[in-house]
Amino acid sequence: MARKQQVYDDIPGTFVFDAERSRQGFGINMFCMSLMKDENRRAFKANEPEYLKRFGLTPEQTDAILKRDYNRMLELGGNIYFTAKLGATDGHSFQHLAALMTGNTQEGYAKMMLGGGRSVEGNRSRSGKDAPAPLVAGGTPKKAVAKTKPKPNAKTAAKSKSKPKPKSAKRK
Amino acid sequence: MARIIAGIGSSHVPAIGAAIDNGKTEEPYWKRIFSGFEKSQAWMRETKPDVAIIVYNDHASAFSVEMIPTFALGCAAEFPPADEGWGPRPVPTVQGYPPLASHIAQSVILEEFDLTICNKMEVDHGMTVPMNLLFGKVDKNSHWPCPVIPLAVNVVMYPPPTGHRCYMLGKAIRKAVESYPEDLNVVIFGTGGLSHQISGPRAGLINSKWDKAFLDNLSKDPQKLAKVPHVDYMREAGAEGIEMVMWLVMRGALDDKVDEVYRFYTVPASNTAVGHIILANRPRPAKPAGRHKPAAKHKPAAKHKRAAARAKPVLIRSR
Repeated sequence: MARKQQVYDDIPGTFVFDAERSRQGFGINMFCMSLMKDENRRAFKANEPEYLKRFGLTPEQTDAILKRDYNRMLELGGNIYFTAKLGATDGHSFQHLAALMTGNTQEGYAKMMLGGGRSVEGNRSRSGKDAPAPLVAGGTPKKAVAKTKPKPNAKTAAKSKSKPKPKSAKRK
Repeated sequence: MARIIAGIGSSHVPAIGAAIDNGKTEEPYWKRIFSGFEKSQAWMRETKPDVAIIVYNDHASAFSVEMIPTFALGCAAEFPPADEGWGPRPVPTVQGYPPLASHIAQSVILEEFDLTICNKMEVDHGMTVPMNLLFGKVDKNSHWPCPVIPLAVNVVMYPPPTGHRCYMLGKAIRKAVESYPEDLNVVIFGTGGLSHQISGPRAGLINSKWDKAFLDNLSKDPQKLAKVPHVDYMREAGAEGIEMVMWLVMRGALDDKVDEVYRFYTVPASNTAVGHIILANRPRPAKPAGRHKPAAKHKPAAKHKRAAARAKPVLIRSR
């Protein structure tokens, strides 16, 4: 059954864990959750394909897990907080998984993060919706707020008080 | 009566907890982060809240994919730290405050917010990391300085509650707190964020410009923030950056106009932009009783012109 396209499917490099994937990936995530128990980790490591049979996975899901294809797991309904448990079972740091998912080396990924992370520029949209959202676009018209003249006492207070320091000044 | 005196926003990056637990807080990478919370800890010691309400999310610890409550309120007497795969964090069990928690549950549900009630629940780094950042390191065999009412929000499975829903829930929580007879000073935490994506080929995304706009609006124009659609968060601040909607519960529980006591921002902590803010309600003039501000009233958030003069001795500015 083809996935119904959602507005957020336009975001590149991103598999949003939505209700549909939650249902589709139930087995993947329950498998990952099972790895919280040491006895299960050992059973999995002893015979991975056999252990995976407990979870009602599709062949594609089983294949993605056996190959540690983390992006494919996400696409098939895995959630990162769950699949990270598989990474931990393999003895990997999260950064190792991040490097795998981003096609980077671990060193390269770490360096990117230290440098301020991946820029959003050029990474907003598959379809060219590259304009920043209104919150950051700057010139958005402030939503006209009905001007009631509410705080008369705040005003007078401001006047009478001598505190001129605008404490909320724009912080840089 | 009980009252909410301040709101705290804080990231809850798990690696921060690991750095605390493994004694790495003095390493330069981590010191950059922890030093940003020193003033906050001093503020917290001075503020001495009686109860903290902490809005956070669970990360496949207490809730798996079997049950995904949108809002889950912790009404238990205590909340043990969850084993997140490396053993439970070496922090004290979190003490709850069941009388106020159940009062909030009753009040808020009758305000039409359909909470899930948790009478038994473990809590993960989503809650204990912000507690450490604000309360400092607390020995496992000691006690956290105040009881906590956890409010777990689903931000793991899309869709989380909208920003507006979170904001309005904050208002309902405030109303509940203010109708509780015991004399209590309550603080409320919003946790998570700021920008980060940890999943998929776009992992590592950080958007400081977004984060700054978020903090600015959180402080001064939360109603504008409450209208931001989910897809904007995910596109601009990363798939997991959508956690930021939890800060709106905190903001909704505060006065429309607040004093920004403190702010801190740094990139990165592992994969995440760390954001932190303290917003304080202004002291209320002694009022003839009965001035209830109806939660649903839309009052224009006059931007500009803050009543700058409120004597506010506890203001500390980050540089």
